[in-house]
Amino acid sequence: MVAIADSVPKAHSRFHFILDRRDVLGSLMVAPAILYVLLLVGVPFLMAVYYSMSAYTIYNPSWSFVGLSNFVDVVENPAFRQTLYNTFIFTFGSQILGLVLGKFGALLLLRPFPGRKFVRAIIILPWAVPIALATVAWQWMFDSLYSVINWTLIALGFITRANAPNWLGNPDLAMLSIIVVNAWRFFPFAIVIFLAGITAVPQDVIDAATVDGAGFWRKNYQIIVPMILPIVAIGLVFGIVFTFTDLSIVFLMTNGGPVGATSVLGFAGFQTGITSGDVSHGAAISLFMLPVLLVVVIFMLRFIRRREI
Amino acid sequence: MARTTTVGTIARETSFYSAVVFFFVLAAFPFYWMLITSFKSNSDLYNVTNIPFWFNDPPTLEHFRYLFEKTLFTTWLLNSLIIGLVVTAITLVTALPAAYSLARMTGKNGEALGIGIFLTYLVPPTLLFLPLSRVIAILGLQNSMWALVLVYPTFTIPFCTWLLMGFFKAMPREIEEAAIVDGCSLFGAFVKMAIPLSLPGILTTVIFTFTLTLQEFVYALTFVSASDQKPITLGVATDLIRGDVFYWGEIMAGALIASIPVAIAYNLFLDRFISGITGGAVK
Amino acid sequence: MAAVVTQDIVKKFGEVPAVNGISLTVPDGEFMVLLGPSGCGKTTYLRIICGLEQQTSGDLLIGGNVVNDLPPRARGVAMMFQSYGLYPHFTVRNNIAFPLKTQHVPHDKIEKQVQWASQLLGINHLLDRRPRQLSGGERQRVALARALVREPTALLLDEPLSNLDAKLRTMARQEIKNFQQRVGLTTIYVTHDQVEAMGMGDRIAVIDHGNVRQVGTPTEIYNDPADLFVATFVGSPPMNIVSHNGGGYLGFRPENFLPKSMVEDGAATEFKFRVDRSEYLGAERIVYGVMEGFESKQLITAKLPPAHVDESAIRPGEWHPFAVKNSALRYFDKDGNRTSRH
Repeated sequence: MVAIADSVPKAHSRFHFILDRRDVLGSLMVAPAILYVLLLVGVPFLMAVYYSMSAYTIYNPSWSFVGLSNFVDVVENPAFRQTLYNTFIFTFGSQILGLVLGKFGALLLLRPFPGRKFVRAIIILPWAVPIALATVAWQWMFDSLYSVINWTLIALGFITRANAPNWLGNPDLAMLSIIVVNAWRFFPFAIVIFLAGITAVPQDVIDAATVDGAGFWRKNYQIIVPMILPIVAIGLVFGIVFTFTDLSIVFLMTNGGPVGATSVLGFAGFQTGITSGDVSHGAAISLFMLPVLLVVVIFMLRFIRRREI
Repeated sequence: MARTTTVGTIARETSFYSAVVFFFVLAAFPFYWMLITSFKSNSDLYNVTNIPFWFNDPPTLEHFRYLFEKTLFTTWLLNSLIIGLVVTAITLVTALPAAYSLARMTGKNGEALGIGIFLTYLVPPTLLFLPLSRVIAILGLQNSMWALVLVYPTFTIPFCTWLLMGFFKAMPREIEEAAIVDGCSLFGAFVKMAIPLSLPGILTTVIFTFTLTLQEFVYALTFVSASDQKPITLGVATDLIRGDVFYWGEIMAGALIASIPVAIAYNLFLDRFISGITGGAVK
Repeated sequence: MAAVVTQDIVKKFGEVPAVNGISLTVPDGEFMVLLGPSGCGKTTYLRIICGLEQQTSGDLLIGGNVVNDLPPRARGVAMMFQSYGLYPHFTVRNNIAFPLKTQHVPHDKIEKQVQWASQLLGINHLLDRRPRQLSGGERQRVALARALVREPTALLLDEPLSNLDAKLRTMARQEIKNFQQRVGLTTIYVTHDQVEAMGMGDRIAVIDHGNVRQVGTPTEIYNDPADLFVATFVGSPPMNIVSHNGGGYLGFRPENFLPKSMVEDGAATEFKFRVDRSEYLGAERIVYGVMEGFESKQLITAKLPPAHVDESAIRPGEWHPFAVKNSALRYFDKDGNRTSRH
């Protein structure tokens, strides 16, 4: 039999054993990720806050502190108030439309039918494909002259070529267009979230409700919807955050126009801070996203915590 | 009685399948539009009297040929590939140990820290692009695709840490513990057991990291304006326009080529992706 | 191989103590069973011994050396897990070889050791399979081979049979016990199943709420329980406990509680027993009822050999004279600890 001395190797070094402590090794292993995020998200975030209170432009890179005057300038500008209003319309319009489409789409895809897998694969596409690329396809579909949508409406006799709408040239239609494109982009995500939630509802709960005499609507809205609410809420949080802060759809489709009718916060921040080089005012505009983000994040944290109890 | 049932069934089936067709067309039409546009000759495209849904002139490869021969399309493709690969590598090297640590070694604090890291995924590019462009200028990376390599991990690391945390939590601890008792160090158990056993999860993460880098637009738009440094999404969306003239055939052809791999990846890995996302929240 | 000694081991998770001061000596080569209900801290204690958990206080000695601060790999103990913890991505051969590879044992020595261990457990023909291609019994043997292969200081087993069905379990019990006797390995075996504990242990440590209640051979644990917890946790049905002498308790095993006519020789104490119900189980008959003049939280049970019992002596609803030999009576004080008679 083996002597103890052989089977208990001597400690090679102090360091050797320090890495056997879960807390020490654990901290070392998260450190690179945390550092990366702190340096390139945390620090820039604080810089953004400071920019918004400085007089910094790319032509005059002074760091002088001007307090809240940038915010005052921004709020007093009617174009900005329009932008803020647009952002809310854009966000909530497209989220509501996307959720409604998502809920109905999920109900359809729950039922087995021939070719369901293929249909699902296609329906995922708007969410999967890079939004910038899909947006240019929509831009082409909304083209002032060669719009396939207008062509169809004319062919069906709803409108004539003379009064065909200029989708991206009319303020209201332009807003409608970017809402539709964003809802189109998000509804597959909503479907996926709804499906994940519904399939996570245990079948016996649904069976019990059926045995207890609950009909289709009661089952749906009193049993299933409350049970999938947490997961849907988190999906919605994503939708709101990414829509509220987005810039690509507006940048590519309307460039904020016509006359600022589709300018949103992200776009205005880009225009002012990057294109015009007025970094401090750009940062101030971007920071207006913060309150909404905070509300959404608090809401999300409460949901996560409630799920863990 | 029997007849009304049949009629009812037919009506219900019809409305069901019409709804399916509606969703199918809604999702697919823009891509069909890309496809058909990219193969149409210009004379066919720019003629309002033609029926736009099908070829009035014979299909042509002229847009693809132009795209590959006269534009920087292949450069953008290559740029995107390099950016995607390097970002994926950086992400794996940082997120894998972080996720394992948060799932296994840091207890209750790990839970909170994990949520904290994930929340940084929600900090939008449009809030950070101004200071980040300064950081990039300081590092001398302005107008270079390496700026994107530096910045993209800020969202891929949080996202993948969360995703991998879900995969690790779903794995039984027993195997790693057996390895530790059998003579592995804690880190050895991570390398020899946790990593090989979570390969499906890691593969899912790799695929989604790559697609995230392909989908990104805001940072690319902000930090890269030199044509030969653009990733494919930015190049196709902004560089195929001369003044006021849109090269629709070329734009659609480029969009189509860039979309196909992402579409396939999403469909192949979607289920695992969903289980990873929800696995991080539900234990 | 080595003795495993713990001195006043305490483990707290936050404020809650899971292990509350366990001192236990397992001599070299002994098969020690830790028996207790789930959540009593026995698994935590086992994980402290192998180093997967760090004790809050107290000393752990393996082979005479204090190993408190040594990581698992430096302790040389082997552990078999509840579902065996086989490495699914390794072949059986590599599973068994793994503990040697981590110690950088030379290649030819590994091959020799793997052959030896797999021979010992009769699994040579399985070496190139993967764990998921094995039956439950085969997996157990692979796990044992893996535990054995590096000649560990001690073998720890954490409820290894709980995933097997009843039939396999009897066989597996036999196999582990035979194996342990043949190799003479210091073994600590955690279970909540008293049949496993009684059948396998050289000694049993009964654990409750993070404390050792009693350590002893199966006979000692069964016949001379140290307190009410041990008395009622071991034995099926458990020992009858009745209040006695104001505050104290009197206990006796169901198989010692017999119709008076069956208790012949020696001094015995007589009780009046009213039968409520009886269950015929083939080899035995369990009779439930109440005793005149004694308070008890549960129904009193008697376990009778059916062949020797006159039906009329246990007719339900009637009072019958029953008796227990005085030597089979056990006395406990008001705190539940064993006393001599009072």
